[in-house]
Amino acid sequence: MSEIAAVLRNGTVLTARNMRHVARIPGRITTGLVQPVMFVVLFAYVFGGSLGGEEYRRFLMAGIFAQTMVFNASFTTVGLANDLQKGIVERFRSLPMSPAAVILGRTASDMVVGLGTLVVTSLCGLLIGWRVEEGLPRALAAYLVLILFGFAMSWVGATVGVFARTVEVAQSAGLIWLFPLSLISTAFVSAEQMPAPLRVFAAWNPVSAVATGVRDLLGNPVPASLPQPDAWSLANPVLYAVVSSLAILAVFMPLALFRYRRLTRG
Amino acid sequence: MTEDPSAPLVRVAGLTKSFGGTPVLAGVDLEVRAGSVHALLGPNGAGKTTTVRIACGLLEPDAGTVEVGGRDMLAHPREAQRVLGLSGQYAAVDEVLTGQENLELLARLFGQSRSAARQRARELLVRFRLDDVADRRAGLYSGGMRRRLDLAGALVARPQVVVLDEPTTGLDPRARLDMWGVIEELLDDGVAVLLTTQYLEEADRLADVITVIDHGRVIARGTAEELKDAVRGSTLALQVRHDGDLDAAVRALASVGTAPPSVERRTRRASVAVDRGPDVMVGLLERLGGEGVELSDLGLRRSSLDEVFLALTGHEADADADTEPQARAEGALR
Repeated sequence: MSEIAAVLRNGTVLTARNMRHVARIPGRITTGLVQPVMFVVLFAYVFGGSLGGEEYRRFLMAGIFAQTMVFNASFTTVGLANDLQKGIVERFRSLPMSPAAVILGRTASDMVVGLGTLVVTSLCGLLIGWRVEEGLPRALAAYLVLILFGFAMSWVGATVGVFARTVEVAQSAGLIWLFPLSLISTAFVSAEQMPAPLRVFAAWNPVSAVATGVRDLLGNPVPASLPQPDAWSLANPVLYAVVSSLAILAVFMPLALFRYRRLTRG
Repeated sequence: MTEDPSAPLVRVAGLTKSFGGTPVLAGVDLEVRAGSVHALLGPNGAGKTTTVRIACGLLEPDAGTVEVGGRDMLAHPREAQRVLGLSGQYAAVDEVLTGQENLELLARLFGQSRSAARQRARELLVRFRLDDVADRRAGLYSGGMRRRLDLAGALVARPQVVVLDEPTTGLDPRARLDMWGVIEELLDDGVAVLLTTQYLEEADRLADVITVIDHGRVIARGTAEELKDAVRGSTLALQVRHDGDLDAAVRALASVGTAPPSVERRTRRASVAVDRGPDVMVGLLERLGGEGVELSDLGLRRSSLDEVFLALTGHEADADADTEPQARAEGALR
């Protein structure tokens, strides 16, 4: 137990350190805030016109939220690779401290950034006609699902970061997976017109479940023109979103830690 | 843990390590006592950094034992790391944080309270003459200031053992002298210092005990004086006035030296290692006088550690053999 307490304590200290970085390197936070706003505008007004106008914009926002959480993982990847490259991790490793604290501190600070991004994106959504249409408890539940999913994605990002090792690799190869994961889903479109393999992937993609679950919780209607796949994952989207987030954590937490240990063990 | 105050604070025995089938360490032993400096001297690639990384729990050896402050580093690394401070080869400071924040961060990670951490950070900044720049980002520090901050970082938890991996590599001569002063001050606290260096002058100046390693093996150990004695006592050097006399002088040197003389024709100089300097010198002068050789210079001096190193390893202690571009660039400053 004291081991877990120590990890949490050191993780908190490192979270504060990472937040200082966020505050002092404005580029990162700007990207985090501008990116979702850009996506809102692009999807709402470039694609949105042909996809259903105002009705589509209300549908769209949950998809943007889910995508935002996926893309938030890129901060974890780059941040961790940056620390590894700078050698500060070498210093951390000489301290009597669990390696878990280092990655936990990183994923936790990225979760804080992600929360900020969600708030800005939500404000942006309000401007284009999106609304929270059910009560506050359900809205809170929706944001909790998003945060949990974002935390899970952040650990995927951490794993990519410790495999990439350098910032250059992290910024190129390390970010490619974000696009198919967020786009081969029902976050923005119906899966009906996709070829069969993509349709199946979209139906079981946690991104779809997160977007659908958040829509359910917020009471954002799905336009009749965007029929959703008939899969268990989307019939029980909140449950599936939570379970798949936990499953992702169960796989990627140990993987990131294993790799991090090996990396510096030689 | 400290039953015997004279027991070594660092005890490394029988370390071996290979990377991808290439042996890097082939049985390294060393001990460091409280209040003393042990220098690990060797060319690049000799295994110095690998040895200290293992000693600090950053790397696992293939075989061997490491004890720090009486604690087993390999079995209980975190226990042992509590009493250890490492200042690595490339100053591992957080460039975005200020000097003060860097030290506070490390103190907090050692479990100190917020106020204790702030206090400790301030103390160390004053001690390392960084208090003027305490609130400036470390990214704006000079190389020497960074190294001092990094070393201060190693001391936040008042370690019994401080490990310094090439503490002055890449520093200009003034910053190097500065760093030496700082390291000497550490000893007042009674810590055991293990440092690696490729600068013989540094080992000569700082170390109580020097271990010379090459190709992952200990090839000599002792104080600077002992090493100089062991390899060759003194060096007898002369310069002849006329070019024509040089060969006769070299023959004379060869007859008294313990190794073949080295000759510099351009400057008409020659030198040789000798055992019993003064006796030899008298004999040499008689012989040269008899042959009519005129000298413009003659001297007897203690061998430098450079010469010792050359004799022990068969190559000079410089960075030419290095494979890391950064270290090579820094080595060029030597």
